[in-house]
Amino acid sequence: MQDSMASLSVSPAAAGGSCFAHVQQAPEDPILGITVAFNKDPSPVKVNLGVGAYRTEDGKPLLLNVVRQAELHLVSDESRNKEYLGITGIVHFNKLSAQLILGSDSPAIAENRVVTAQCLSGTGSLRVGGEFLGRHYSGQKIIYVPSPTWGNHLKIFPLAGLEARTYRYYDPRTKGLDYEGMLEDLRAAPNGSILLLHACAHNPTGVDPSQEQWEGIRRVVREEKQFLPFFDCAYQGFASGSLDNDAWAVRRFVGDGGEVFVAQSYAKNMGLYAERVGALSIIVKEPAVATRVESQLKLVIRPMYSTPPTHGASIVTLILSSKKWFEEWKEELKAMADRIRSMRHELFNALKERQTPGNWEHILNQIGMFTFTGLSKEQVEYMRREDHIYMTLDGRISMAGLNSRTVPQVADAIHRAVVKFS
Amino acid sequence: MEAVHNRRIASLARHLCLEVDTGLPSISFSPTSASRSSFGHVKQAPEDPILGVTVEYNKDPSPMKVNLGVGAYRTEEGKPLVLNVVRKAEEQLLADRSRNKEYLPITGIAQFNKLSAELILGSDSPAIAQKRVVTAQCLSGTGSLRVGGEFIAHHYSGPKIIYVPAPTWGNHLKIFPLAGLETRTYRYYNPKTRGLDYQGMIEDLRAAPNGAVVLLHACAHNPTGVDPTKDEWEGIRNVVRNEKQQLPFFDSAYQGFASGSLDTDAWAVRRFVNDGGETFIAQSYAKNMGLYGERVGALSIVATDPAVAARVESQVKLVIRPMYSNPPTYGAAIVANILSNRALFEEWKVELKAMADRIISMRHQLFDALTARRTPGNWTHILNQIGMFTFTGLNKQQVEYMTRDYHIYMTLDGRISMAGLSSRTVPQLADAIHSAVIKFSN
Repeated sequence: MQDSMASLSVSPAAAGGSCFAHVQQAPEDPILGITVAFNKDPSPVKVNLGVGAYRTEDGKPLLLNVVRQAELHLVSDESRNKEYLGITGIVHFNKLSAQLILGSDSPAIAENRVVTAQCLSGTGSLRVGGEFLGRHYSGQKIIYVPSPTWGNHLKIFPLAGLEARTYRYYDPRTKGLDYEGMLEDLRAAPNGSILLLHACAHNPTGVDPSQEQWEGIRRVVREEKQFLPFFDCAYQGFASGSLDNDAWAVRRFVGDGGEVFVAQSYAKNMGLYAERVGALSIIVKEPAVATRVESQLKLVIRPMYSTPPTHGASIVTLILSSKKWFEEWKEELKAMADRIRSMRHELFNALKERQTPGNWEHILNQIGMFTFTGLSKEQVEYMRREDHIYMTLDGRISMAGLNSRTVPQVADAIHRAVVKFS
Repeated sequence: MEAVHNRRIASLARHLCLEVDTGLPSISFSPTSASRSSFGHVKQAPEDPILGVTVEYNKDPSPMKVNLGVGAYRTEEGKPLVLNVVRKAEEQLLADRSRNKEYLPITGIAQFNKLSAELILGSDSPAIAQKRVVTAQCLSGTGSLRVGGEFIAHHYSGPKIIYVPAPTWGNHLKIFPLAGLETRTYRYYNPKTRGLDYQGMIEDLRAAPNGAVVLLHACAHNPTGVDPTKDEWEGIRNVVRNEKQQLPFFDSAYQGFASGSLDTDAWAVRRFVNDGGETFIAQSYAKNMGLYGERVGALSIVATDPAVAARVESQVKLVIRPMYSNPPTYGAAIVANILSNRALFEEWKVELKAMADRIISMRHQLFDALTARRTPGNWTHILNQIGMFTFTGLNKQQVEYMTRDYHIYMTLDGRISMAGLSSRTVPQLADAIHSAVIKFSN
């Protein structure tokens, strides 16, 4: 150092030790931790069925063609700049996102009852929505989430200021929906609570209500309990291959005129994972309320990260607003959904061929990126140790991580694990 | 013909909300739809005081309007600037077909973190060599402050109180309470001298509890542009470290922008870190790389030993994961490209210095213009203050007058962004100030 001051004496606090010495090592995130462990594994035959990120038949991440074209267009457009977005992000992006999930003919949109804010993918939309509710909701500041649910839900909402409780959802005996249990638990919950619903392709189980069951749920929510539904929509278009089909439940709830929160993610359906693109939509009873809600939403976002990142949302805006790219996107999206569905059939058939004990039809019945295999912790750990197959301890596998080459390997491993630890 | 007829019926039925296909009953509006909104009591919030200036500016149809609100750099032509070096980095990223958009780790791009720590602490920093520094890519300065604040609120063994200067960037007073820290102020700006109230600051730090957290602007204090001298920094450090064992939290949003030199602007931060004490640093690349909308920043935590640093990192992840899971890749990839490439790094420094120099020349032009008009008052603070902003000393009345009559937009505290000025707009601003000062003398 060039300056001429006397050498620095070490401060007493430094001599006395750290103000953070008592901080404990936190466990690795259960889902992301799988990939960490996978990366450390030197085996050439290892398979990662952990994170819900799409993989091609060659086992590679996929950059959608339409995303690449949009990006090239963005970067070569000299008229663009990197100025701060508004606090709620790109206006056009918000409009298009609301139309995507609610339908462009949605009465709620036409009646100006929808507020949309660009947020950081699904997580950010849930956190901002949760914090808004923690501050402003006039009902019970309790949110009910399905059992099981994406692990991060149980972290997000308490930090947002809501008490998190669960409702029965998955029936391990049928490997389907515990519909009666769910309705019982909803009826037992306090009126006016907040209810988290997975819009489609429930994570981690892949079990979705049928349309009749959705109707039953909706009637309890609206007519008996006056719950506030909060939809987590991370797989629109991914579950069935159709954007409209996958939005059916959300549109049904919005269509009855009641209030709804929706967290949308473009991580999976546009393959924009790391760009953190999502939107929080709040549908209220009156436009005047919507305006005030929007102003208060800004007060949640500004002290969190000020304004959202521009790049990913700009890509989405280009794609959704171009007739050509929108059609191309739908095709690429359907191709991803179809490949996942074919993996379901291949895995099911492989287990059938091996006459693996148990009923494996749930592999075909469950929807979306994940299958809740029903494998026990013991069986999962065995498969990791012996066969280098990585999945979360709850037995959830990402179908997107499978391909025709690895299906036989995974089927063999499941077979061995099931036979060893019946 | 029948097929067309059926399609028309089906379409009509959909519009009437009848479920033709599924056989489900039509949706009756639920009783709750007739009842009130659960958010009817929510009040209209005022527009953000800083970002709201741009909202008002955008509404103004006048061709003469000038936006001196947000601290966003403008060229001499009054246009936003995307740095050449940023465009090059972007093109490189796009040309690299091996890149993908897979989730980053929770704390972001490892190379970005390493380079960011080196940028602020110096690549020869003992703290880095001793593995005592944890860095997490966050969403620009705001995100770094919020994540750091939440971490402190959860884990700090000292008082969960943070002291911020009076005045400070308005958002500080929102971020820290939400993070879980009680927020108090220490004297900082002396309106009489338009300089630092050093004695007041030292008194207030001494009166504060031992072990409290102290927010310090690394350089180019926002909004005043008033920075401590090196001697004053030493005095502050002595109180913080030796008398009060307070935890310094640096907000570094203008490294390289203040003086034109990255190392000079990092002096205070490095001084504090090099005495071996623990330090938090929030870094932003919004201004110095012109990456505003990409939200690129880093939180660095310097601990007293590497084992603590490792555990701290694991807990920082638990703050980030339930907030937004992992940070956005694009902007940080641009920064990592530039900082890791010798040629791009040198180019960046040249472009950065050019921006800093243009701002300094605007200071001189404005000062000269007011001197030429013989505008009442002492305007040397325009030359003495550092960084993007000038705390003009204009009052609310004068500011509102300037907006109404001259279409000049600034925050109500009289802060103007020098980066928003050009040779063309300086005379207009000088006229407006002159008129305001005469019309509403202080």
